[in-house]
Amino acid sequence: MRADRLRLLAVLALALWMILPILPLAVWSFAYGWRFPDLLPQDWSLRAWSFALSGQSGILESFALTTLIALATTFLSALIGVPAGRALGLYRFRGKGLVTLLFLAPAVVPGIAITFGLHGIFLRLGLAGTVTGVILAHLVPVVPYMTLVMAAVFSRFDPDLEAQARSLGATPWQTFRAVTLPAILPGLLTAALFAFLVSWSQYLLTLAIGGGRVQTLPLLLFSFASAGRNDITGAVGLLYILPGLMVLILTARQVTGRGAALAGGLRP
Amino acid sequence: MTSLSLSGLTKRYAGAGQAAVHALDLFVESGSLTALLGPSGSGKTTTMKLVAGLIAPDAGDIRLDDLSVRDLAPERRGIAMVFQNPLLFPHLTVAGNVGFGLRMRGLPADQIRPEVAMMLDRVRLTGFGDRRPAQLSGGQQQRAALARALILRPQVLLLDEPLSSLDPGLRDEMRQLIRDLQRETGITTLVVTHDQTEAVALADTIALLLDGRIAQTGPPETFYQRPASQAVARFFGGVNFFPGNARNGVFDCAFGPLHLPPGIADRAGLLTIRPEALRFGPGPNQRTARIAAITFLGTQSRIDLSVAGASLQALVAPDTARFLTAGSEVAIAFPPESLWLLPSGG
Repeated sequence: MRADRLRLLAVLALALWMILPILPLAVWSFAYGWRFPDLLPQDWSLRAWSFALSGQSGILESFALTTLIALATTFLSALIGVPAGRALGLYRFRGKGLVTLLFLAPAVVPGIAITFGLHGIFLRLGLAGTVTGVILAHLVPVVPYMTLVMAAVFSRFDPDLEAQARSLGATPWQTFRAVTLPAILPGLLTAALFAFLVSWSQYLLTLAIGGGRVQTLPLLLFSFASAGRNDITGAVGLLYILPGLMVLILTARQVTGRGAALAGGLRP
Repeated sequence: MTSLSLSGLTKRYAGAGQAAVHALDLFVESGSLTALLGPSGSGKTTTMKLVAGLIAPDAGDIRLDDLSVRDLAPERRGIAMVFQNPLLFPHLTVAGNVGFGLRMRGLPADQIRPEVAMMLDRVRLTGFGDRRPAQLSGGQQQRAALARALILRPQVLLLDEPLSSLDPGLRDEMRQLIRDLQRETGITTLVVTHDQTEAVALADTIALLLDGRIAQTGPPETFYQRPASQAVARFFGGVNFFPGNARNGVFDCAFGPLHLPPGIADRAGLLTIRPEALRFGPGPNQRTARIAAITFLGTQSRIDLSVAGASLQALVAPDTARFLTAGSEVAIAFPPESLWLLPSGG
């Protein structure tokens, strides 16, 4: 009984710890004037929300753009990270240590150190200020996550399962679809979730490479916050944490609940 | 039905000094159950993977009847391989696993279902279709893996050490099942094993692989009665070898002249007799032997003998061993029909 109560307390504490910082945002987004030292605003209003959700504010547009960039970054990082993770997790080859280091380096080097060099190169390539450029730049911090998770997944995958599928008449593509993908899917979803959220929350890289022409949500959020529009900042802030929460809720079951299937599909 | 022939098959792994398989020739008769027998590290599994198309040979050819499949992808060879480890796909049910190959061929689900049910019956897994592989015992998993390959009616079936991962009690059951299914279907089957008793009990024909070469091919009895070389005889438990000369049906060796069975040409060679073929008591080719030691081995006892300074081993039933005592002298006989002459030095 005591253990149950302790657990409940822990869950409540965790929930409070996660929700409390968001609470002022929510209050601000409905406030019409909220002056110190009042506990709550004098008046409530939907002004901030109607502005945020209206066409002219550009916030919805920015939401869509941020989503597009994060999805594209996730997809491209999987295209690189799945084969790279397979190579690092399954095979031994000459120079593996060096390749691992190169793949992980961006996760260790501070982003600001990369940003300016990258900006110079992208200017020359005509990628600065473009969505493509921003996506490519986002790959720098995202690919190491994807590769690392997939390497761990593949290190527990038995490639003889693929050989067995081929011997039973499956083409290479069928083998990937019917055997490899189901085995790595839980890990891939976890990695994709991280990739999406890392891209979604990029500020510095987007600012430097996008040069202000690619307005993602964190950029908008920052500009509203520094302009002192606390009500709009609150509304945009809530919009900003929405996909993270949604992705988390949707995949939590996959990531944890399918753990048993994951373990069964992989070498002990 | 289809025969399988390998000619000059060679595979060398990158970085390895010696070839894993070197110029291997092997013929598996259509509809036969052939065992490729060899010690660990003799290249058996490599040979299997070459035939299945999972690795590419450096030289040589693989033919089904007269058709070379060397350059075909594994899924297009009509050769199904069952690995030593059952390798059931963990995210599929047992039925999903057994129907896997048919699904890959694009058969609709309502045609696959009855085939799978029939196949599950044949490997005595009726009613297990909805289970997950992890819910099956090791023997059941192995049977499901066999069903998954047989359902495709492959031209050639490859089984890699099908019994080695099973408990002794389950081995007999599985061995019987493989024999029965192979007879029923008539599918040309090549089994790889390192265990000579397994090969003998399972196969119609054994090909013995020693040092990367086929040392002898034939029905199981020949490996005991007429081994081709000393190495073959040793692999099958031969321990008694005596150099000498055959002349006019008599072999001259350390024990003096021994009468040979008819039909042996005059030549120098190694005479061999299986340890279980030596007779205690009076008989043809009788000699006096001193018993050096008696070792109880469970179902048999090993008797170490010395005859005219040469040593010999005999295997007898423990009941017989009770009448023998170490240090005493006994009469032993070399029945001529149990003597076999090997080429010397081979």
